[in-house]
Amino acid sequence: MESDQNKIIGEVTQSDYKYGFVTDIETEYAPKGLSEDTVRFISAKKNEPAFMLEFRLKAYRHWLTMKLPTWAHLDIPPIDFQDIYFYAAPKKKKQYESLDQVDPELLATFDKLGISLDEQKKLAGVAVDAVIDSVSVKTTFSETLAKYGILFCSMSEAVQNHPDLVKQYLGSVVPYTDNYYASLNSAVFSDGSFCYIPKGVRCPVELSTYFRINAANTGQFERTLIVADEGAYVSYMEGCTAPQRDENQLHAAVVEIVAMKDAQVKYSTVQNWYPGDKNGKGGIYNFVTKRGICKGSNSKISWTQVETGSAVTWKYPSCILLGDNSVGEFYSVAVTNNHQQADTGTKMMHLGRNTKSTVISKGISAGKSNNSYRGLVRISKNATNSRNYSQCDSLLLGSACGAHTWPYIQVENKSSIVEHEATTSKISEDQLFYCQQRGMNAESAIGLIVNGYAKEVLKQLPMEFAVEAQKLLSISLEGSVG
Amino acid sequence: MQDAGYKMQDSVRRNITKELMAALYRECREALSVNDYPALTVLRDKAIRSFEESGFPTTKLEAWKNTSLKESFSTEYKVVVQPETGVDVQKVFLCNIPHLDTAIMGQLNSWYVSKDVPLMKLGNGIIMGSLAEALKQYPELVEAHLGKYSGSNGDAFTSLNTAFIMDGVFIYVPDDVKSPKPVQIINVIHSNENLFLQSRNLIVLGKNSRLSLVHCDDSYNQQASFSNVVTEIHMGEAAFMDHYKLQNLNNSSTLISSSYFELETAAKLESHYISLNGGLLRNNLRLRFNGPHGGANVYGIYLMDRKQHIDNQVFIDHASPDCTSSELFKGILDEHSSGVFNGHVLVRRDAQRTNAYQSNRNILLTETAKVNSKPFLEIYNDDVKCSHGSTTGQLDQDAMYYLRQRGIGEDSARMLLMYAYADEVISKIDIEPLRYRIEDMVKKRLQGELQICEACVLHCNTPERPMEFMIDMSKI
Repeated sequence: MESDQNKIIGEVTQSDYKYGFVTDIETEYAPKGLSEDTVRFISAKKNEPAFMLEFRLKAYRHWLTMKLPTWAHLDIPPIDFQDIYFYAAPKKKKQYESLDQVDPELLATFDKLGISLDEQKKLAGVAVDAVIDSVSVKTTFSETLAKYGILFCSMSEAVQNHPDLVKQYLGSVVPYTDNYYASLNSAVFSDGSFCYIPKGVRCPVELSTYFRINAANTGQFERTLIVADEGAYVSYMEGCTAPQRDENQLHAAVVEIVAMKDAQVKYSTVQNWYPGDKNGKGGIYNFVTKRGICKGSNSKISWTQVETGSAVTWKYPSCILLGDNSVGEFYSVAVTNNHQQADTGTKMMHLGRNTKSTVISKGISAGKSNNSYRGLVRISKNATNSRNYSQCDSLLLGSACGAHTWPYIQVENKSSIVEHEATTSKISEDQLFYCQQRGMNAESAIGLIVNGYAKEVLKQLPMEFAVEAQKLLSISLEGSVG
Repeated sequence: MQDAGYKMQDSVRRNITKELMAALYRECREALSVNDYPALTVLRDKAIRSFEESGFPTTKLEAWKNTSLKESFSTEYKVVVQPETGVDVQKVFLCNIPHLDTAIMGQLNSWYVSKDVPLMKLGNGIIMGSLAEALKQYPELVEAHLGKYSGSNGDAFTSLNTAFIMDGVFIYVPDDVKSPKPVQIINVIHSNENLFLQSRNLIVLGKNSRLSLVHCDDSYNQQASFSNVVTEIHMGEAAFMDHYKLQNLNNSSTLISSSYFELETAAKLESHYISLNGGLLRNNLRLRFNGPHGGANVYGIYLMDRKQHIDNQVFIDHASPDCTSSELFKGILDEHSSGVFNGHVLVRRDAQRTNAYQSNRNILLTETAKVNSKPFLEIYNDDVKCSHGSTTGQLDQDAMYYLRQRGIGEDSARMLLMYAYADEVISKIDIEPLRYRIEDMVKKRLQGELQICEACVLHCNTPERPMEFMIDMSKI
C-alpha cells in the first residue's frame, strides 16, 4: 500500500507541464539590460505621450534607490537585471483588423492553450485580450463592448486613445514608489489590459486576458488597469502560461482596480506559469502587485485566484476599503509542488465605516515546496463597525514540504470584529479510507478530497475558469498521499 | 564613550545607551566575573559583543515592530550593579494569601535577599536560593545549564543580561523529587531612584521531578524602573512544572521578561502569564521540545488600561516528534492601552505527529485602545495537526442584551461578561488559594480598584471576601 502510494505520488509529481512548448514567432527585442535608455526605448517604441515617459523615468529613478525586498519566506537566487530583455514583442506589420491577419503561429499557440480566440468570440461570449510576451496581440469583442460604452483594449491603445483616463488612474492605486517590483514595472511595463466601465453599466460578458511569455530571457511586465465607474459591474479573468525553459524568467506585473460608488469588480486569476522541473530548475519568478481601491461607498472588489504555477510566487492582491460600507473579498487556492515556493496572501485595509472583508485562503503543498500565507487585516480608527473574517487552511502532502501562516491583525477601534482562524494538517486518513472502501482508487480519492477542500474558493470562479482550475488541481495533486 | 569612567558605585542617573552599557561592562568585568567558572567569563564576553553588534532593539525590527521602547529609554536610570544592604526582609516580603503555603524566595531590586542563608539545601535534596551563591557552591551544576537555553536567538536584552549575570534565583530539584509545596519568587522593585535592573534566574528540574512555581513581579511605589529579567528553565525527563507569572507593576515601569524553557522527553509544562498592571510589559516565552512526548500549555490573561502596553511573544519550537502544545492568550484593553500578541509555532522536519494550537482573543473597550495580533505557524512536516485562531471584538451584544433584559444594570452586566471572559484562563490555575486570590484581583482590576497594590500582588491586605456581583444571581 505504502509503496503503491509512493508510486502514485511519483507519477503525479512528475507529470509534465503541458503548456511548455515554444512558439516560433519572429520577435523584436529591446537591447538587453536596464538603463534609462531602455525605458526611453520602450516609451518611444510605443509612441507614448510625454506624461507616460515622465512617469516611467520617475519610477526608474526611484527604483534605482530601492533594495530587493528580503522579508518574504522565499529563497530566490540573485536576479541579474542586466541580463533580461525588458521588451519583447511578436514582430508585426501593422494593427490587426481581424483575426485573419493574425500570425497563424500565434493563433495556433492560443489554440494549444485552449483559448481559441475565434471560437470564444463566437460562442462563449467572452471578450479576450491576449498578451504574448509583452504585447497585446488581439482583443476580441471590442466592438460589441463599445456599444455599451465599455472600453476594453490593450494598455498601449488606451494610452493613445484615452490618455486622460490613463493619466487620471494609472499609479493611483499602486504608486510608482510602492515596492521594488512595482517600481520596476512602472518603469518598463510594455502592455497589458485597460478596462473602463462607464456609470451604471453592467458588463454583459466576462472580460479576459491571457498572458503568455514566449521569448527566452525576457521579463514580462504587464500593467492592468480596471476602472468601474458608479454602479458599474465587471467580471474579469486572467490566465497565464509560459514555455518550459531551463533558466528562470521574470514576471513582474501590476494590476490596479478602481471601484467607484456602488461599483463591483470581480477579478479571477488562474495562474499557471511554468513552475520549473522537478529538480527546481527553471520556472517563472512571479512578483505581482495587485491592489484595488473601493473608492466610493457600497463598492465591492473581489479577488479569486488559483495559483498552481511559477517557481516563485510573491503576490498579495489587496483591497483598500475607503468608501463606507464597501466590501473586499479574497479567495485563494495556492498549490505548490516539487521545489516551488509561494508567499501569497492579501491585505485588507479598512478605512471606511461599516466595511467588510472576507479572506478564504487554501494552501496545498506537496513535494519539497514551501507555501506561505501572509496577510494583513488592518482596521483603522475611523473604520467603525467593520468586520473581517479570515480563514486560511493548509494541506500538507508529503513529509518534505512546508506550510506557513503569517497573519497580521491590527485593530484600532472597539466596534469592529476581526476573526481569524487557520488549520494545518494532512489529508485525513479517515476520509481516504472511506473513499477507498467504496471502491475509489487512492488517486481519485485524493482528487476528490482536494477538490472538496478547495471548493469554497473554486465556486467563486466564473464557470469556465472553474473547470480549468479543477483540472489543474487534479493534475497537480492527484495521488499525493502523505 | 563619554562614560568610560563610569564606576560601579556611581549613583548618577544616566540615559541607557548601548555605549553606556558596553563601557559599564568593561568597567565591571572583573568584579562581575569574580566567582565565574572560566566558561562563564567567555560567555559574558561573547554576549556583550553580540549586544554591541545589535544594540537595543528598535521598531524597525520585525520582532519589535509594535513595541517602541523610546519612551522607556527617555527616562534616566541608575544601573544597579550592587546589592541593597540593610533590608528588613520580614517587612518587605510577607505574603498573606490565606491558606497559600509557599516557600518564599525574595528578590529586591534584582538581588536575592534572605533572612538567614542565601542558599539552602533542603532534606529532600532541593537547592534553592541565590544564583550568585550557587555559582560559588555548585559551579558544576550551574555550568551545566546556565546560558545553554537562552543561546542563539540573538535577542539583545538576553545578550545584555548574560553579560551582566549577577544574581537572581536558583532552584534545583533533584531526580524523582516532588517539591512538597509551591515555591514563590517575589521580585520587588523598591527604591527612591529610577532603577535599571537585570536579574537572571536558573531553574533546573531533574528527571521525574515536580515543581509549582509562582513568580511575581511587583513594584512598591510609583518610581520609574526598567527591568530586564531572563529565566532559564530546564525540565528533565518526565518532569512536571506548574508555572505562574504574575505581573503587577506601576505605570512607569518597563519589564522585559524572557523565559527560556527546555523540555526533555515527556516533560510537561503548564504556564500561566497573568499581567495586571505595568507601564510596558514584554513577555518573551521561548520553549523547545528537546525530546518526544513533551507537552506544554501556555495561558495568558492581560488586563490593560491607561497608556499601558503589553507585548506577549510566544515561540514554541517543536524540534521533536509527538509533542503537544497549546496557547491561549486573552486580553481586555481599555482606555489608551495597546496589546501585541506574536505567537510562533515552528514544527521542524522530523517532528512527526505534532499537535499545536494557538489562540489569541482580545476585547477592546474604547475607541483608542488597539491590538496587534500575529499568530504565526511555520510547518515543515505533513503529519501534524496545527491550528490557530485570533479574534478581536467587543463584548457579546447578545449576551449583554440577555443580561439587561433580566434587569441587570449595564455596569454589572459588563463586569459579569468581562469576568466570564477572563475566567477561561483563570480557571486553569491549579493552586486553589492562588486562584481565589487572582479571581479576586481580576475582579478588582476590572472594577478599577486595583491600581498597583500597595504592596506586592499577593500582598493585598484586604481580608478575603467571596466573589460578588451587585446582582441577584437567583434571577438569572
